[in-house]
Amino acid sequence: MMRLVVVLAVLMGVSGIPDVTISPPTASADTSAHPNSIPETADESEQIKARTEEGAEEDVMATGELNPNHYPARRAAQVVQHYLNTRYGSPFRLIGVQTVHSGNAEDVADSGRKYQLELSVNDIITNTTQTCSAELFFPKGKGQQPPEVKASLEELLKIDIKAQEEALYQKYKTNQTLMSAQYLPDSHGHIEPDMKPFWHLGILASSFIMLNESTENTLYNVAQVANITQLTTEEDHLEFDCHTLLHEVVSQEIIHWKMLFTWSPAEGVKVVQMKRLPHRHEREKSPKTN
Amino acid sequence: HISAFKSFNYKLNIMMCRDQVIRVNVKSEEQIHLLQALETAQEWEVDFWLDPVSTELPVDIRVPRFSLIPVKEHLTFHNIPFTVMIENVQELLDKEKAEMEANQMKERSTRSLNFGAYHDLNTIYSWMDTLVADYPNLITKQHIGVSYENRPMYVLKFSTGGYNRPAIWVDTGIHAREWVTQATGVWTANKIATDYGTDASLTSLLNTMDLYMLIVANPDGYVFSHTNDRMWRKTRSVNPGYACRGVDPNRNWDAGFGGPGASSYPCSDSYHGPSANSEIEVKNVVNLIQSHGNFKAFISVHSYSQLLMYPYGYVCSSANHQAELHSVGRAAAQKLTSLYGTAYQVGSICNIIYQASGGSIDWSYNSGIKYSFAFELRDTGRYGFILPADQIIPTASETWLALKHIMEYVRDHPY
Repeated sequence: MMRLVVVLAVLMGVSGIPDVTISPPTASADTSAHPNSIPETADESEQIKARTEEGAEEDVMATGELNPNHYPARRAAQVVQHYLNTRYGSPFRLIGVQTVHSGNAEDVADSGRKYQLELSVNDIITNTTQTCSAELFFPKGKGQQPPEVKASLEELLKIDIKAQEEALYQKYKTNQTLMSAQYLPDSHGHIEPDMKPFWHLGILASSFIMLNESTENTLYNVAQVANITQLTTEEDHLEFDCHTLLHEVVSQEIIHWKMLFTWSPAEGVKVVQMKRLPHRHEREKSPKTN
Repeated sequence: HISAFKSFNYKLNIMMCRDQVIRVNVKSEEQIHLLQALETAQEWEVDFWLDPVSTELPVDIRVPRFSLIPVKEHLTFHNIPFTVMIENVQELLDKEKAEMEANQMKERSTRSLNFGAYHDLNTIYSWMDTLVADYPNLITKQHIGVSYENRPMYVLKFSTGGYNRPAIWVDTGIHAREWVTQATGVWTANKIATDYGTDASLTSLLNTMDLYMLIVANPDGYVFSHTNDRMWRKTRSVNPGYACRGVDPNRNWDAGFGGPGASSYPCSDSYHGPSANSEIEVKNVVNLIQSHGNFKAFISVHSYSQLLMYPYGYVCSSANHQAELHSVGRAAAQKLTSLYGTAYQVGSICNIIYQASGGSIDWSYNSGIKYSFAFELRDTGRYGFILPADQIIPTASETWLALKHIMEYVRDHPY
């Protein structure tokens, strides 16, 4: 009962170029189709039915000025965080939302909902903060359409990480054995210092997925990088295969994704391929220890 | 030093009564070949702890008791001198095992439990016994029932006497993967035990009220998160007709049960279960609270998100005591933040995080326990459930300030 959603997409994460649009998934030689056209299996339709029951009372969306402490503003801010990481993130720069100062939401005809937020964001690694204005649009309608975000960073980009990025790139471009790591961090929250850049890369690659999957009814974090493995490549970037666990707070589900992505100081992170893995119960055959 | 040697049989716990380990200092290549041939002599069943590789290095061989004579004769015949390094392997193994157990016992005594580390269920349960043994006039351990898989559920009761005094309830670990909460429960229980008698406010509180702490509210889930799946959340009950196990214990309480914010799909991590209180872990608590009848506060501790919340979750309308609860919550959160600057949001569950039905503090509030609060501890998503162990004590310490504030408020506002 394997339910594979294979989405072949070329997602660009280029630092410093404004107004990046995320190109929709393109069909490829692989015969698996766009996720929307995959027929529902019995348990999947049960799951969707169960969620519609839940959703009933949430249809009254917060509109107008938002309470910055309440969840609608918080969820929108999280989407901005994922967006900023896809655009500006690096193994040495990871963005987190610190505070929502104010927010506003409104319906846009029948096409969706628009948010405007004032936030403080934080470079997690250096613990530097700056304010940020963001605009979001959550499209309405059938099928999973990703939100559109407009936000930019200036202050945090002034922190110079070029030398560290170059050093990391050179080290792993020329290493004799390809790196591979599991469970970053481990069950006790521990991570070796020289593995942190790979934890961050796993988070960055996941940010493309989290951005793509976000709606007003979700809030995503990376729970853990289960596996990240370097692959050989002739090209001017490093290439990785990576399996991460995402935590979706509203449903409390842990969702597994596999990704193929590249990184270089010049190009940033590009996700080449991403695949959602089946739910735990479909994999629950043998015990798996961390 | 015995564990430094590779020994396949040692790991299999095979009895090695009067087996010996002999050491050969090889003098020639020929001797090396001879010893290597020894390994293939199946009937003697020798086991090399240091393999014959070169004349520079000694060769250590574990020889089973029944082969001692033929092996020694064989070596002597070929002029290979040897010495007996270990006269009785089993004796040494027994001694080492005893040492390890002694160390574990020592670790389990309250003073030497490492509060800045995550511990498994057995370790926490053993430690509880030592805590009770160390503070017999303050703490008792109560068996409140068993889990689905028949593990005992224990509550620590802090009491200085009286009969059925007004009481405060705290639970941690209802969701298995939220490891910082069980760890915080352990630290907090120890803190209360050590501070009673020296902290004036805590002492006055315990002189008039009792405190009940359920440190591992979901023992089956906690064990499973250690052995199989670090991200496990629910109980481990069987769902008939489904491969998926478990019910979300914080959707299983009798407050808006089955409403929005919980799933009817057994494979979901927020599955509410077939009926309210279907989970024995929940029922055990309900029974205790109801038969006691005099609880004044009910506090459930979760992670992560850094939130301090009050009812309701199952509806978004205000609780009757919203203003007072918000005020107490805000003051408690400020105390928390004062220690390390950790920022918390305060509000009702439904407004702050999501609409969720069947939650514990909604049930406790509707049962008449006015001061009902839920914590979501560190962090806000960077590490999430796998919070580094070195943050346990800072988290517990700051949370204690908030808990203490709430408890003092409850003490000062009897109803």
